[in-house]
Amino acid sequence: MNADDYLTQINNITDPDQFYEDLIQAHDGLSANQSQQLNSRIILLMANQIADNRRLKELITLAKMSLDVT
Amino acid sequence: MEKLSFGQKPKVLVVGAGPIGLAAALEFSNFEIQTLVVDELSEINRASKAICWSQRSLEILNRVGLAEQFIKKGSTWKKGRVFKAEEEIYNFNLQVEAGFKAPAFINLQQYYVEQFLIDKLKEFEYPVLRRGHKVVDISLTKDNRALVQIEHDQDMYKVIADYVVAADGVRSTIRKALELEMQGNYFDEQFLIVDVKVNRSFPLERKFWFQPKFHDGQSALLHVQPDNILRIDLQLGPNMDPELELDEERVRARVNKILGSDVDYKLEWISLYSFSCKRMQRFRHGPIFFVGDAAHAVSPFGARGGNGGIQDIDNLVWKVSSVIKGKASRALLDTYDEERIPAADENLLNSARSTGFMTPKTQASVDFREAVFELSKTMPFARDFINSGRLSQPYKYIGSSLVSEDDISFCSDGILPGQSILDAPIFIGRNQTWLIDQIANAFSLVAFVDEEKTALSIPEYLDEVCGQLDLVEQYLVVTSKRLNGTSKKFLYDATGLAFERWAAYDGTIYLVRPDHHIAARWKETPTILELKQAYRKSISL
Ligand SMILES: Cc1cc2nc3c(=O)[nH]c(=O)nc-3n(C[C@H](O)[C@H](O)[C@H](O)COP(=O)(O)OP(=O)(O)OC[C@H]3O[C@@H](n4cnc5c(N)ncnc54)[C@H](O)[C@@H]3O)c2cc1C
Repeated sequence: MNADDYLTQINNITDPDQFYEDLIQAHDGLSANQSQQLNSRIILLMANQIADNRRLKELITLAKMSLDVT
Repeated sequence: MEKLSFGQKPKVLVVGAGPIGLAAALEFSNFEIQTLVVDELSEINRASKAICWSQRSLEILNRVGLAEQFIKKGSTWKKGRVFKAEEEIYNFNLQVEAGFKAPAFINLQQYYVEQFLIDKLKEFEYPVLRRGHKVVDISLTKDNRALVQIEHDQDMYKVIADYVVAADGVRSTIRKALELEMQGNYFDEQFLIVDVKVNRSFPLERKFWFQPKFHDGQSALLHVQPDNILRIDLQLGPNMDPELELDEERVRARVNKILGSDVDYKLEWISLYSFSCKRMQRFRHGPIFFVGDAAHAVSPFGARGGNGGIQDIDNLVWKVSSVIKGKASRALLDTYDEERIPAADENLLNSARSTGFMTPKTQASVDFREAVFELSKTMPFARDFINSGRLSQPYKYIGSSLVSEDDISFCSDGILPGQSILDAPIFIGRNQTWLIDQIANAFSLVAFVDEEKTALSIPEYLDEVCGQLDLVEQYLVVTSKRLNGTSKKFLYDATGLAFERWAAYDGTIYLVRPDHHIAARWKETPTILELKQAYRKSISL
């Protein structure tokens, strides 16, 4: 498995369904603005866990590429 | 098949001849316990209900000799395909590994399932099935038996039963008579379920569409059933006019869009459903045990209703039978709740999540779902978030008070105590059979032998254990080599799959419960005292 596989091929989360549920539930009852803010804060916290600048940059690029706006 | 030779006082009264009540009656017959089964309907209900039956359900029904018939008539499907709009995002294979008697899933109409179960019941001496008999009330007698009022042909009669299995479905009369409730969530989404008979065969696969253009962006599901019948499952949203939606022309217009204009079909059954995810707080109330939909209701995505119910009776019947036979104390009965409530919760959680994913309610859930779909096209990790149903799995009773702590030398490989057994092909002499065919519906010891000298010594040890432990009726020895002149109890693991799946060595012993869940295991042959302790624990002594 190469580094790219680790980023996009395999879901590394122990229980993906649990995470997805937690994520969606966290937004329950929030206004649009609050939801945006929640997402921004989650991203910053998660980035702090990933820590490595090179990998963070890769992730940003991957996400942006998939948006088809580059 | 009327031959009620035991008055109106059956040991066990089963209320409801749906798949779960019938399976319970069969399983009781296997333990030679008399049952009376009553159902208010005079014949089998032809409505579109369950179609997907899991490997575990087939393995449970294998103990009453039904697996072959189910597999033969059923459609074995292995492939699931998931679409976003008209584009296939990914597909999955259900049957990754070979070497099991029962496939991962078959599709078989619930009316066939009920018919096969009823036909089988007739082969046994004990059970009596009374159709057109409706339970109207139930109460407890002073000696803690159930007094049941039954209506038949405008007459009423009473039955006093030592135990009642309440398998009377989601609108359970018994639950209401006892003023008990189910609690949980109700989904206001409506689903249109259409069974159509087509004039040609379709690929054996499940197709699920999120937001297809042919169905106004709601979800759609297509399944194959035997007899060239297709199951179409369409999400309609919350505010539907039932009368309008059941109109045949309107239904045909919807079906045409899915099947295309070149397919001729006949409408078999049309129905509208909405689903809840809820359960009773406890499933046991004195001598009354709630099973199947009477105890818990789930949405159908994941096929956890019927399959979960079969696992209920798998857990319940050996316990009640052992108590009736005076071989275990009544404390064992309490463990039905202990083991099956967490199982119901797992089913509820999974089916609620699937329903949630299909019907996103907040802007955030719509946005994240869209992101998941888009990423999934090029980045496979995101596919794991797509939830079109998480299919029923056998529940693992890990940590149950009946189950011993694992032997750490297994390093958690093989089958954990609490888990159900894993099948493998094995040989008796030159004949291939399956491990699940050889394990009785009693407590059993499964021993593994890799060396000649162990093969010589182990039968004596196993005979002694079986002699000392009341309910342990059988032992099997799985051998890694073909041993000459060995007894019928020696099973040759030619493929090595049994040793591998059970993580076995020379001298490994598993104590298997009558429901084929593991009670305890030892990598190296334990002392008889150790085995005895594990056995006593497994029957609440
Ligand atoms: C559209 C749909 C699709 C489904 N798909 C699947 C699937 O693919 N796989 C799966 O595992 N599950 C599926 N399910 C769920 C499955 O159908 C149920 O879980 C299953 O029928 C439960 O069986 P049961 O025996 O507990 O109850 P039921 O099948 O409801 O049987 C209850 C019986 O009790 C009788 N009864 C009721 N009240 C009384 C009374 N007072 N006196 C006497 N008799 C009474 C009824 O007549 C009935 O025969 C599906 C359900 C639906 C609606």
